[in-house]
This record gives sequence, structure tokens and C-alpha cells, in this order.
Amino acid sequence: MAMTKLIIDGKEIEVPAEYTLLQACEAAGAEIPRFCYHERLSIAGNCRMCLVEVKGGPKPVASCAWGVRDCRPGPKGEPPEISTRSPMVKKAREGVMEFLLINHPLDCPICDQGGECDLQDQAMGYGVDTSRFAENKRAVEDKYLGALVKTSMNRCIQCTRCVRFAAEICGVPEMGATGRGEDMEITSFLETALTSELQGNLVDICPVGALTSKPYAFAARPWELGKTQSIDVMDAVGSAIRVDTRGREVMRILPRVNEAVNEEWISDKTRHIVDGLRTQRLDRPYIRDNGKLRAATWAEAFSAIAAKVAGSKKIGAIAGDLAAVEEMFALKQLLASMGSANLATQSAGAFDAAAGRASYIFNPTIAGIEQADALLIVGANPRKEAAVLNARIRKAWRTGALKVGVIGEKADLTYRYDYLGAGTDSLAELVAGKNAFADVLKNAKHPIVLVGAGVAARADGAAVLAAAAKLASDFGVIKDGWNGFAVLQTAASTVGALDIGFAPTSGSLSLAQMTSAGSLDVLFSLGADDVKVADGTFVVYIGTHGDRGAHRADVILPGAAYTEKSGIFVNTEGRVQMAERAGFPPGDAREDWAVIRALSDVLGHKLPYDSLAALRQAIFKAAPHLMRIDQIEAGDAGAIKTLAGKGGTVDKTPFKASVEDFYLTNPIARASAIMAECSRLASGQMLTAAE
Amino acid sequence: MSVRRLAPKEVQPASFEFTPENLAWAKEQITHYPPGRQASAVIAILWRAQEQQAGWVSEAAIRVVADMLEMPYIRVLEVATFYTQFQLQPVGKKAHIQVCGTTPCMLRGAGDLIDVCQHRIHHDPFHLSADGDFSWEEVECLGACVNAPMAMIWSDTYEDLTKESMNKLIDGFAAGTPPKPGSQIGRQFAAPEGGARVMTSGGAATYTKVLDMPKEPALADAEPKKQTESANVQERPAPKPPAADATKANPPKAGAPKEPKTPKEPKK
Repeated sequence: MAMTKLIIDGKEIEVPAEYTLLQACEAAGAEIPRFCYHERLSIAGNCRMCLVEVKGGPKPVASCAWGVRDCRPGPKGEPPEISTRSPMVKKAREGVMEFLLINHPLDCPICDQGGECDLQDQAMGYGVDTSRFAENKRAVEDKYLGALVKTSMNRCIQCTRCVRFAAEICGVPEMGATGRGEDMEITSFLETALTSELQGNLVDICPVGALTSKPYAFAARPWELGKTQSIDVMDAVGSAIRVDTRGREVMRILPRVNEAVNEEWISDKTRHIVDGLRTQRLDRPYIRDNGKLRAATWAEAFSAIAAKVAGSKKIGAIAGDLAAVEEMFALKQLLASMGSANLATQSAGAFDAAAGRASYIFNPTIAGIEQADALLIVGANPRKEAAVLNARIRKAWRTGALKVGVIGEKADLTYRYDYLGAGTDSLAELVAGKNAFADVLKNAKHPIVLVGAGVAARADGAAVLAAAAKLASDFGVIKDGWNGFAVLQTAASTVGALDIGFAPTSGSLSLAQMTSAGSLDVLFSLGADDVKVADGTFVVYIGTHGDRGAHRADVILPGAAYTEKSGIFVNTEGRVQMAERAGFPPGDAREDWAVIRALSDVLGHKLPYDSLAALRQAIFKAAPHLMRIDQIEAGDAGAIKTLAGKGGTVDKTPFKASVEDFYLTNPIARASAIMAECSRLASGQMLTAAE
Repeated sequence: MSVRRLAPKEVQPASFEFTPENLAWAKEQITHYPPGRQASAVIAILWRAQEQQAGWVSEAAIRVVADMLEMPYIRVLEVATFYTQFQLQPVGKKAHIQVCGTTPCMLRGAGDLIDVCQHRIHHDPFHLSADGDFSWEEVECLGACVNAPMAMIWSDTYEDLTKESMNKLIDGFAAGTPPKPGSQIGRQFAAPEGGARVMTSGGAATYTKVLDMPKEPALADAEPKKQTESANVQERPAPKPPAADATKANPPKAGAPKEPKTPKEPKK
């Protein structure tokens, strides 16, 4: 890399020649104020806050839009000299700040951005204390942008970050700046609701209080919130989040930066299910008496289960999408001690725990998508199943290096792709090389075959998985130093469950068998709301919300949601992450592992751990890689070759994405009024599109 | 200038469609740009849509143009609202009068023209007259300052207007017999009012006279125009230097006002 020498504030520094001055100044440790510049968006250069002085120039320059290359050396060949603290820069910043504040209302006390506002902070740091502007301020009408983003357009400083974010990251260019000059306004086309799954991030990138969170409006101030760093479980991406709480109530969820997973974005479901954590909660045990659920005590509930379990031979357990590794492990051991191995998760489908880790994780890793030059999506809609991961695909596609092909539903994925067909026929055609995309895959250096979880959920899931694995190994998707076989899971629990063997084995019942009539006497449901259990089975539901699973249950044991417990979750790329407790579960509800541990005592199969630490020790003994938080235990690529050899007959039905309604995929989201509103807006849009 | 919005729903037509000729013309415009850069044709095509649709751009037209160029609707809306030449509400059926209100025209009586418009059409710009035939607006410089004041109707300019000729102009458009575009006082293009004032003594004779003149150019390269003292003296004090520049090395003495700098005399 060509390096260029610069002198920044008297300090000599070498930076890559393609850096901008702003980047160079930051590398030199200088702080450059900015509004329109955002490192993940294109450069606009319109706020003028990042002015610095380049020696020899008559005027200060906008450092965000000025390349290191564009700096001329001194007369004797000295490196270009830049100062970020000279009186000229100070005066320039004060001038820019005064202009920005000319039309900015002084409503910080009633503004939701107050306390975490770039304009506020920088006005304190770089501005002056008075204004010389005596004329009328500009007034701008507020715009409607949907259920999640509240606008207060008087505050807008026209940095156009939101316009660039919508067009570049979301890939849904709905935001724009109409009019010109003083009358420029940020809006969507005729104020229609935004349709992106990432629109919540507009609130984060807005440097002022023009775009704020509608559900969080006037709810709390940033300095009164407790902040807990945690992990999201709404999808299998495992985005890094910060849970803000006041007392025991979760007030909002914000993204954290994790370059390897979510960069700094989170999906709307991750951010706005907050109200779902408060409503429909199970806060005490229930027992079904004469067909009706009634509130009970823990002792009553446990003895009811014990009475039922004592006389039953056929016991099974199904875990839902939001279960952490701890409770699944405890439940697995409890069932094992009762002599049962009937375990399944509702979303793991045909993935085989015994086949090896590589067969069910996103092997190339999420960050690896940026290296990829060919991507084949089989039976998945990444936009709905993992919105943040889809943004990563779009990022790679925007560089022009990534070619995308899709077999499955023809959906708007925010990037262009070659549509290869709807079902297994097209997959077979591609394998036979009858499609031009076959060459793209074969000639690619870093190809990825992305297989959706919806594929494995089919009746012929195992055979289709084998076909996809065969395609991957035939086309050289797996090579030295690159494993391009990528499974996009949709549930946060799936990879963790498969890692600890919470899955059907050869001798046990499958998910379909467990839910059919007469196969089980007692079923433990760990928040499994999307399975329909046959009549006659005694269902013990351990969960958080009064959702489908609870309606079917015979005994309900209230558990803790993901913000109320510390738990290990393994994301789709196999990254082990730990969610932290931000608050306590409501009422009598307890952490799920503790519920199972207490129940085991009553059932006479006391589990050998009394604390979360002891439980984790037992988990780490069984699956040592779960100890390495934030790391990925790479799978053995041989597993895919083995999987490819399995074969099987496939059905001709077209692929279906596993997520139908992005906003309502789990019990917490279904309890959220905000998500319901988003879902309504989204379905309304679909109706208009179909007309 | 003011905030520009699309016209209210009640006046928006339900649909818009290019005539076959205009469609062919638009398709041809797109070929002027490399493939994938078809959006570059947006202004030209939007302008043609405005011409076809009685002088204004409707929401339907914006959608049609956006679809044609594979642009998001909001991008075309941005263009339509940015350029004030695109009218976003219905304009007069017979004439939309754009009165130039920039300095030269304003000094030469544009205010009178606006007065006429206000009385004959509507008090406010962009409003239709009672019969819907006329509307007016004040625009920035239209580049005919020499014949100020002037107004533009459709694609023609009418110059050297007065209150009376403005009234006549409106009468003419109302009757369907608009006056001849250009100066309304018989001026030839931008020539002096009342005819030529130099070289008036006859064609051929003048020409020979010019030929008879000494061959030397009025100003030789070897003898540059001399600067006179008065041209170089700044009457105002020298501008204050920016806060941080070379004066750091050579700080001005406090209290003493700085002498205005005069450039050196050219060497003789």
C-alpha cells in the first residue's frame, strides 16, 4: 500500500494515499467534528463542520471530501501540513456552527435527542454562545415516515445522511431531499411509510433530533437509563445490542458496533419489540383444570407435572426459537435422566447434529460475504430472514464484485440477481451446468452457496440439503482456506441446540413424530410456539408469553425473556455469544434453567448444578467450543462432502422462504403492538403492489 | 422562492401518457447516454412531459417518467421540485406569464408589470385567473436585461414592456392573437432604442473609411496598457487577514492601523 507522509498538528504521520484528510486526522489522533460524514455512507461534504487548514491554501478545506492525494507538498518537498487546532480552524468551525444553528430550534429540553445529540455536543465543543441572527427562523412541516420514525423537521440540518442510508445501506431509495436552498426538505415520496427492515437505524444516524424513534418518543432520557450490552435473538444473526432499562423495564434497544456481525445496524424487529417484552407476559404458573387454565403456585404446578410424568414412558421436548443453550442443555439432561432422547427444536428441520458443525452453520462467516464474488441463494429470503446480513450482501454487491443468483421465491432483495428458478428442478439444472450461472460459480474465487432454513424444514429437507451440498462440493465452493457452504438459520436457538445435541438422533422421535397423535404422553415445550401438538399429549410449556404454545399447554411455567437472563446463544455462523441480563422477569417468573433445575428435584432426577456457573461448567465439558465467547469453532469441511454423498429423492414443489411475516416471527414480536402496526403497514403495501 | 409541493389531489389527473411522438422522442433522448445512465435524461423528458401536459408536471407524469428511466419516484420528485422551471400546479390555459423581477428589469419597471398581472390575473403568483386562462409568477433573470423589463410566455420572450403593452400582451393571448415575440417597441434585437446610433452615415463609404485608417493596431502588444495610479489605490482599508496565516510570523503592531498596500509600479 502506498503510504503518504503528512504533518498533522505538527506531528508527522504516514497514512495510505487513498485516505481522506478526515481519516488521516483521526489516525493522527485529532478530533474532527462532523455531521454529514459517516464512515459507512458515501461522502456528501455538505455540512462543512469538518473544516481544517491545509498550509498554503487560502481557505479551510472540508476534510471529509479532501483526499490525502490532493494535498500538495511544500515548496521544498516537505510533506503537506495540516492543522486542526489553528485559530483559522476554530473560527471556521464557529462560523459553520453559527450557520447551522440559525434555523435550528432551541427546543433541546423537549427533544428526544437531547443528551445524545451530535449537534448539542458539538455546539458545546466548537460553537459560540450567542447568535447574531435576528430574522425569523425557517419552519418546516413534519413528515410522516411510518410507524417507527418520528420526524421533527424544524431540527433538520440537511446533512442527507438519511437519504444516503436509505439508498445505500437499505437499498430502498425512498428518502429524498425536495426543493432547494433554504427550502430543502427531507421526505419520502408523498410521505409514504418507509418499507425497509432497517429503517430504525435512521434514528441512529440522524445527528440531530429530526428523526427520532416513534415508539420511544418522550419515554426516557439517556442519562437515566441503565445500559446492558447484550445479544439479539430475533434472528440467527446475533446482532450486538445495548439494552437500555429504567428500573426493571426495558425502555429501548440500540445497536452496538460489531464489525464481524452487524457492523452498526440492527433490524427493526431487534430494535422495536421492546413493548412486546411488557405485554402478554406469563408472570405465574398455570394449570389446566377442566379445560381451563387457572393460576397456580410453583409447588402445585410441579406436583401436577410430577403426577403426570410418574405414569408416562413416552416423554419428549421441543425447544423454541428463543431458547438459550443453558436451558436446552438442562432440559436435555433432565430427559436423559428420565431415559428419553426425544429432543427437537422447532426450526432445526432436517439439519443433522451428528453430521458435523460445517453442515449447519454459515461457514464463510458474515464478514466473509464481503470477500465473496459469487453467491447462490437457495430457498431463502435473506431480507426477511436476516435483514442485517442482507445489508452485508448488498454491501458486497454494491462494490460490483459479487454476482448473485437465486433459486426460490422471486422477492425484492434490494440488489439485482439472476433468477434461476423456483424449485429443485432449477437446482438440478444448475448442477447439470445448464445455466450460465454455473460458470459464474465455478470460476469464482470465493463462491458462497447460501441455503435457507426453509429448505431444511421441507419434508424432503435432508435430500435437498444433500443436493445443495453436492452442488457446493462439485462446483469447488469448498477449497483450501475457503468454505462457501453457508446455512442461513432463522432461529437464534438452532445452532446452539445442534451443538449440544438437542436434536433428534437415529433412535429417537423426530419433530413430526413427536407432534403427531399418540406418540408422546408428556411434552416439554421450551417456548415452542410454532408447532402444533396433537391432542392427548400433556404439554408442559416453559415460556414467556401467552402465545400459541401457552394456549395449548396443560401446565405453564413462566420463564425469562432474553433480556432477563444471561444465556449463551450461537449465531448462524457458529459464533458463540452471551446475552446479558438487563432486568428481572416479571412476577413469579424465573430464569428457565432454574425452573428446569427446580422441576428436576420434584421429578426425582435432581440435576447436578445449583448455579448458572456450575451449569455452564457442565456445558463446557460437553461442548468445549461454547466456552470461547465471540469466537467461531470452524466446522470440518469434510462434513459437507459426507452430506453431499447422502443423496435422496427430492420433491418438485417450489422453495418457500421460512419467514412469511418479518415482523411477527416469535412470541415477543407477536405481543408487540409496534410490530403488529409494522406488519399491517407492510401487508397494506403488498396489497397495493398486487393490484 | 418558497416551498414547492405537488398540487393537491383534487387537481391531479388520474394518469399521464406520452403521445406516440413524445414517447419516441423520449426514447431517443435516453440513447444519448450510456446504458445504465438513462437517468441522465430526466430533465429533458420531464420538460417534454410538462410541455405536453399544458405547462405543468403532475404526480402521474413524475411516476411515468420515473418508471421509464428506472428511477425511484423520489429521485424524480427531487428534480421536479429543485428546478423552479418545472411548474407543479396547473398554469393558465392561454398563458403562464413569467415576469422577470431581477435587478435590471426591476429598475426599469418590472413592478408595473407585476402590478398589471396582479390586477388582471390574480393577486398571488401561481394562481389561475377566474376563467383559468392565465397565471403569472415572478422569476429570476431570463437574460434579456438589455431590453428590460421583460416577461416570458411559454418559450417566447416579450421585451421592452410597459403597463400598456403588458395589457395588450394579455389581451392578445386572451384573443388568441399574441403579439410578435421580442421587443414591443420596435427595437431590432438588442440594438439601441430608436435605431442605430453609430455608423449611420452610409454603408460602403463607412467601409472604405475603415480601410483607409492607419494599419497600426490601437494598442500594440509591446506597449501594454499602463496602470494608472488611481486604479491601484484601494480606498477601503486592506481586509483583515484570516485568523491564522503568515502574519503569525510577523504580527501586526497593536494599535497602529495598517497602511493600505499598493501594488508596485510596473517597470518602465
